Amino acid sequence: MTTGSDNEQELSAQPSNAVQDPITPSQLVTALQREHPDWITEVREALGEVTAIVPREQIQAVCAYLKTAPESRFDFLADLCGVDRGVEEEPRFEVNYHLFSTTKYHRLRLKVLLNEESPRVSTVTDIWRTANWHERETFDLLGVVFEGHPDLRRILLPDDWQGHALRKDFPLRGYEPYSLK
Amino acid sequence: MIADFQLPIADWHWNGTGWEFPKKVPYRPIGNRQLEIGNNKMSASTVNIPPQFEVVDRPLDTQMTISMGPQHPSTHGVLRLELVLDGETVVKAKPDIGYLHTGMEKLFEYKKYQQGIVITDRMDYLNPLGNNLAYVMAVEKLLSLEIPERAQTIRVLTCELQRIASHLVWLGTHALDIGAMSVFFYCFREREKILNLIEAASGGRLTPSYFRIGGLMMDLPPGFERRTKQFLDGFLQSVDEFHTLLTGNRIFQKRTQGVGIISAEDAIDWGLSGPSLRGSGVALDIRRANPYTGYENYDFEVPTEQDCDVWARYLVRMREMKESHRIVTQALARLKPGPVKADAPKVVLPDREAMKRHMDALIHHFLIVAEGFDVPAGEFYMPIEASKGELGVYVKSDGGPKPARVHFRGPSFVNLSALPAMSEGAMIADIVAIIGSLDIVLGEIDR
Repeated sequence: MTTGSDNEQELSAQPSNAVQDPITPSQLVTALQREHPDWITEVREALGEVTAIVPREQIQAVCAYLKTAPESRFDFLADLCGVDRGVEEEPRFEVNYHLFSTTKYHRLRLKVLLNEESPRVSTVTDIWRTANWHERETFDLLGVVFEGHPDLRRILLPDDWQGHALRKDFPLRGYEPYSLK
Repeated sequence: MIADFQLPIADWHWNGTGWEFPKKVPYRPIGNRQLEIGNNKMSASTVNIPPQFEVVDRPLDTQMTISMGPQHPSTHGVLRLELVLDGETVVKAKPDIGYLHTGMEKLFEYKKYQQGIVITDRMDYLNPLGNNLAYVMAVEKLLSLEIPERAQTIRVLTCELQRIASHLVWLGTHALDIGAMSVFFYCFREREKILNLIEAASGGRLTPSYFRIGGLMMDLPPGFERRTKQFLDGFLQSVDEFHTLLTGNRIFQKRTQGVGIISAEDAIDWGLSGPSLRGSGVALDIRRANPYTGYENYDFEVPTEQDCDVWARYLVRMREMKESHRIVTQALARLKPGPVKADAPKVVLPDREAMKRHMDALIHHFLIVAEGFDVPAGEFYMPIEASKGELGVYVKSDGGPKPARVHFRGPSFVNLSALPAMSEGAMIADIVAIIGSLDIVLGEIDR
């Protein structure tokens, strides 16, 4: 894929050829990895999905690039969710960004791995505003801190809740009835 | 007697010769505040209230904060909005959610895969079959199961019926919020027919749990097709009836046109999906973009409207009901006899009759119920087009009979997060119309 205008000319000249040759997310990610080796540490493909593991320092740069680059156009952040891989796992937390393109209809998952000592990652709210509530939810339930988030408060649990309920070491029924506190 | 009172320092100003307290005394105590002096209660208007007792709404004297909900009927559940008002204009809207939070995502991690299906019913309780479908398909993908043709067709059929039912609740409550009472009764009359159909198939009206991992709970009952046809025959006429009730209504038009505007770029940026996004002119439908359960074989349109307001979202949903009607008709024509469960004895519960005859069926049944089945390690994100937008289920397995993590990307949750962007600058009465047009369900938002 070349620049946008060339691409359009190609489309008008040979529509059948352009349709047959859409760039897949896996090609896209491997090309990106070749271009910026420090942006993506690993590319996994499973069950028809592509997962790119991104170092936490680079997540903003990668997201901003993928949102605007003409061949990716991931303009829609479908979902953002955190995962606790287990108390003894290292790195313990992961944050998944499920990207979607409203023009090309392809999907991609970015994954950031975070240590238990400092579960901190830059926010992507300035790239997709929809990340706001997703990040608040992840902070609320897993304790992942999104640096630079405009309004990082608890969203589902009460403000004075202790701990983070979706962590694996948080008991299912809580520590004591909340109403008795 | 100014010296007797401690006045707020900020209110003093320099008038050129000396410090002076403003002549315009702050007014408007909150409500009908009564001063208690001794045992005599006197009305605020008769007593000269010392200024420090008067409540001034900063910063403009005219702004006030009110809390709308969580018991407000037009918030469709337990949503609370913190509204900063200037007169009747909304300066700032802040949704406050979590009143219905029950930790469902945590609960998934303690239940076997097949037990999770009943939890999904309780999220978006107006579209439970859609939730079942998304969850079940995510797990099936991890298990690499092939679903028989008939099961897929029945899934499409019942899901589209459920979409109509969900839209009918939206239509009834949305009109009710705006002040049109009778639409509600017409909508619920039609919805009742769909719920009866779903009850006939699954045994449940609100919580069907009809889809199971590997297929369906059981085949459709005899007579289901006839009853569905009966419903379909009358439904288009009912939609026209709704149109006669609302679409030409001048009050309804005035309440919805030009209200709650969100442009296509903003809508995508805020992650709006489903009819709320299509009302902004973006023809995005997951059934088309990433087809699942054989939706690529059905002929239907993706209705869009360009106006970006409440009215546009209303029209999109009205047209969607007719499209769903088309899909159900096609699915009915496509129904052919065949199995409704995948050929995976370790995952799918055997038939009752087989258990009486075959030892291995009995063993499999016992093992599935008692220990569950192992799902290969991996993760999958399954997006579907639910009645409210993109419903995504992220399932992560570490190889055991219980999921390591299940996350629901509820369309209501994301659509509600865009509410401040739509409602700031609107009138307070419009907030009701905007919430109605987003079609939120708090069970899914709070999970």
